[in-house]
Amino acid sequence: MTRSRSDPPTPNPISEAARIAPYEESVSSPNALEMIHIEKYFGLVCALKDINLTVGRNEIVGLIGDNGAGKSTMVKILTGVFPPTSGELTIAGRKVDFDSYNVKGAHALGIETVYQDKSLGEKQPLWRNFFIGREICYPLGFINVKKEKEIANEIMVKTIGFRGAGITVDSNVLKLSGGERQGVAIGRAMHFEAELIILDEPTVALSLKEVRKVLNFVHKIKAAGKASIYISHNLADVYEISDRFVIMDRGRIVAEKPKQEISLKALDDFMLEYAHGRMDEVAS
Amino acid sequence: MKSRRSLWSFLGKIEGLPVVGVLLLLYAAFVITAPTVFTHPLIYMSFLQTVPPWLVLALGLTLVITAGEIDLSFPAVVALSGFVFAWVFKNVHVPWAPWLGIVLALGAGALVGYTNGLLIAKVGVPSIMATLAAQFFWYGITILIANGLQLDIAAVEDTAAHELFTGRIAGIIPAQALWAAGLAVLLWFILNRHTFGEAIMFIGDNPNVARVMGINVESTKIILFTAMGVIAAFGGLLLTIEINVFFPNQGQGFLLWTMAAVFIGGTLISGGRGSIVGTFFGAYIIGSLQAGVVATGITSYWVQSVMGVIIIAAVVINVLIGDGRIGPISARIRRWIIPTRVLSAVSGKKTDVSEEN
Repeated sequence: MTRSRSDPPTPNPISEAARIAPYEESVSSPNALEMIHIEKYFGLVCALKDINLTVGRNEIVGLIGDNGAGKSTMVKILTGVFPPTSGELTIAGRKVDFDSYNVKGAHALGIETVYQDKSLGEKQPLWRNFFIGREICYPLGFINVKKEKEIANEIMVKTIGFRGAGITVDSNVLKLSGGERQGVAIGRAMHFEAELIILDEPTVALSLKEVRKVLNFVHKIKAAGKASIYISHNLADVYEISDRFVIMDRGRIVAEKPKQEISLKALDDFMLEYAHGRMDEVAS
Repeated sequence: MKSRRSLWSFLGKIEGLPVVGVLLLLYAAFVITAPTVFTHPLIYMSFLQTVPPWLVLALGLTLVITAGEIDLSFPAVVALSGFVFAWVFKNVHVPWAPWLGIVLALGAGALVGYTNGLLIAKVGVPSIMATLAAQFFWYGITILIANGLQLDIAAVEDTAAHELFTGRIAGIIPAQALWAAGLAVLLWFILNRHTFGEAIMFIGDNPNVARVMGINVESTKIILFTAMGVIAAFGGLLLTIEINVFFPNQGQGFLLWTMAAVFIGGTLISGGRGSIVGTFFGAYIIGSLQAGVVATGITSYWVQSVMGVIIIAAVVINVLIGDGRIGPISARIRRWIIPTRVLSAVSGKKTDVSEEN
C-alpha cells in the first residue's frame, strides 16, 4: 500500500494494454461497448440470460427495468466487480480478459460509474474525492496536494460549472446537495476521460430541482462526445436524455427502441402493458 | 457577524487547536493552584519521561480509529514486546543482544497485529471482538512463557540502546519524548499526505465507496493492524527500557487512557477523520492530570472525575468547532438564557437572535 497507486503493485494486463495500445486501434471500433452472450448465474439462479448489447461511441442508452431485472448485475460485470459466468465483453474494440478484470482495469479502459449513494466519501473534502484511488503522487506515495487542489478547482469551475455558492475544493461533501454530489461524481468521471459513464439510479431520493441538475450534467456527457448508460426508474428522465431505450426483465433484454420510434407516452404504455402481461402470466 | 463567523471557521481549520487550548488552560489552572510545582521545569521533564510510551500507543490507535476500526489488543503487545526484549537481553550473551531484542520485540508486535488484520479483513470478525480476544490470548501467552515472573534488566542502563531510546539529551530532555514526537510527525504525513492515509480515511468514511473507487480495503486493513502491532511494541520497548524491568502485567490499565487521549484529540469514533496533532496534545493532557491533581494538594481520588469532565469538555468543543456550529450554538444558548420574548419586549422589535434561525 505504500506503493503509489498510479503504479499498481501487480501489473494488470488490461491497464497495461490500455496504456500501451495506440489510439488508432481504439477508434477503429465504432462502439464504446459490446456485450456478447453474457450470462450470469449465482449458483442455480440465473441473473442474466443471453445479454447482447452494444453502446455507440457517443450514445446515451437508457436502461429500464423493474427491480430484479438484472440491471445492477449487468453494471457490476461491466465495472469489474465480478465476472460473468460466460460471454464476451469488448470495450472500445478491446476484448476484456475477465481473469484479471477489476475496478482499476475498468477505469483504465475508460469506464466510470456514478452510483446512487456510494460515489463519494462524505466526510472528506472535495479534492480528495476527485483523486481517490488515482492520486497525483510524489515518489513513495506522498500526495501532491497543491496539484490535486488546482486540478480539482479547474474541474469544478469548467466541467461541473460550480460558481461561488460557498463551495470550494476544501468543502466537505456533507455540505453539498444531492444533485451537486452527483455533479461532482460525473465531473470526476469526465475529467478522467471516461469513454463510457454508467449512471446507476443517480436521481433516486433527489428533489425535482436536483434531478434537473443531474440531467443537465448528463447532457454535458453527450456534448463532450462520450457515451453513457443511464439506469433509472423514472421514464420521463430516461426519455429526455436517452438516444435509445433498452428494456430488461428477469435477466433478459426484452425490447430495444430508438428514441425516434417511440414517444414517451408509448414507452410508458409499453412498460405498463409489459408489467400487466407479466401479472397475467403469473395469474394463469 | 460575518467576520466573527469566518474567524470561527478559520480557527476550526487549525488542527488540534481546541486541544492545545484545553492543555494550556489545564496548565494555567495548575500553575495557580500549585505554583511551587508547576513553575519548576522538573515537573515538565517528568511528563516528557512518563507520557511518551503510551503517547506512541495513542498515535497508532488514532490511525486505527480513523479507519473505523478499534484495537483493544495493544496493552498485551506492550507486555509481550517487553518480555521478548527482556528475555533476549538476559539470555543472549552477545554485545548486540539489545538490538536483537528490539528487532524481535517489534517482530512480535507485527505478528500480533498481522493475525488481528487477517481475522478482521479476511475472515470478517469485527475488530472489537478479534482484538479483545487477542488481548486475553497474548497476555495469557506472555504470562505463561514468563512464568508469571518479572525480569530485572538493570544492566540495560549501560547499553547504547538505553542511551538512544531513553537517554537524556543535553542531560535534560528524555530521548523517548523526541522519539514519540518524531513518530507523530511521521504518522501525520502518512495520514494526511500519503495514499495509505487517504485510503484509511475513505475506508473509515464508507468502505463501499473505497471499494468502488479501487482501494484494496482488505490489504489496507491488514497493513494497518500490522503497523499498529509494531507501534504498540515500540511503545512497550520505550516503557521497558526506561524502567529497566519487565513485569508480566505491564500495559494493563493503558487501554482506556489511550482511547481517551485519542477522543480528546478530536478523532471521530465513527471513523473517516482523525487528528494526530489532537492525539499528541490529548495524551499530554491525560498524562499531566494525575501528577497535576496530586500536586494541587487535593486527594488523588479526584483524578478520575476531573478526567471525565475534561474528556466531555474537549469533545464538546471539538464537535462545535469542527462543524462550524459555534456561532449558531452561542446564539441558541443566549436564547435559552434570555427568552426571545423578553428580548423583543426590550428592543421593541425582532432581534437578530431570532433572525439567525
